[in-house]
Amino acid sequence: MDRRPKILEIIRQVSRKNVDPQPDESLFDSGLLDSFALPDMLSALETAFSIKIPDSDLNPRKFDSVEQIETYLENHS
Amino acid sequence: MAFIKQFGAYLPPRIVNNDEMGAKVGCAADWIVSVSGIEQRRFADSETVVDLATSAAQDCLARANVAAGDLGMILLASSSSEQQFPGPAVIVASRLGLHSVPCLDIPMASAGSLFGMVLASRLAETYGNILVIGAEKMSSVILREPLERGVAILFGDGAGACLIGLETGPARIIDSVIESDGTFAEDLRLQFDQPLEMNGRTVILQASRKIPRAIQTILEKNGRHAKDVDTFLMHQANQNLTVRVAQALGVAEEKFYSNIHKYGNTSSASMLIAASEWWHSSGFKPGLLVCFATFGAGFHWGAMLAEGVA
Repeated sequence: MDRRPKILEIIRQVSRKNVDPQPDESLFDSGLLDSFALPDMLSALETAFSIKIPDSDLNPRKFDSVEQIETYLENHS
Repeated sequence: MAFIKQFGAYLPPRIVNNDEMGAKVGCAADWIVSVSGIEQRRFADSETVVDLATSAAQDCLARANVAAGDLGMILLASSSSEQQFPGPAVIVASRLGLHSVPCLDIPMASAGSLFGMVLASRLAETYGNILVIGAEKMSSVILREPLERGVAILFGDGAGACLIGLETGPARIIDSVIESDGTFAEDLRLQFDQPLEMNGRTVILQASRKIPRAIQTILEKNGRHAKDVDTFLMHQANQNLTVRVAQALGVAEEKFYSNIHKYGNTSSASMLIAASEWWHSSGFKPGLLVCFATFGAGFHWGAMLAEGVA
């Protein structure tokens, strides 16, 4: 299952920027996401992929790039 | 059953606006407002945590018309105490003229005042009137070199106090929930003689989930809904976080009393300062439902429901 198009759509939605980040690009260091966009992104991922991210996984380092998000979803779907 | 009898507060007189703070850390005043909602904060120059706490305690007791001698216990929450021991609680008690009343320090950032209120509501049956104080001199922490812009702009100094007892008072404490989890202890911490370390992303992420959940838990447990709450009195951490919590609960952000624009984040003092201002501007009326909520380093978080009585 190719999750990338949906992930990119969510990133564009919560960042309110029409962007196409590289798979390994830091979403935070690049300025795409700030501290308050991150909770929105995780909520959107939960809804879009029908998962529940537990508090113990609410670690920004696990969701810092498109690749990391893909890996997380692959391991938790 | 325990009652909230009064609140009090003390803010040091020196106002530090965003122009002064921005010049110190190298950022624009408007940027501080946009990322936090903070327009100014107070700094205590020569005053200590004990000084701030004593002034808030005296304000609370005077407003309650209760003599210090009628207190059965003091709980003091502070994360910025000047010395390792003894903590400030017993020194404040001494200044109030109390020399045998048990005192307990709660060395907890941001969440300490709510934890103190919860403990007081449970301990009042044994100790009678309990004074809960939150007092912070965060300027002594955030001005340590190297200055961290994202941290230094947020915090201020001040103290708040709350008198809780068994005899009837303006508000009945209905219920409370407090929780703790050390998984992310390193993401917000203050080590001895070190600058404050804060991973803001983790803090915001955790807080934006845990605060609404604690509020929902205490509401559901007591057959209430977020829309039933008249006023939310939350730790004043960041206005953007407050807005997120309101959105998560599906209530108007105007229901969340806010004074962060004036005082910044005063850690464990903030919720009591906000409660004191709210109380003395409008206050409890019979049937009025208030929800307290907080979140802080540890992480520790929780919520409390109280209702105005006739």
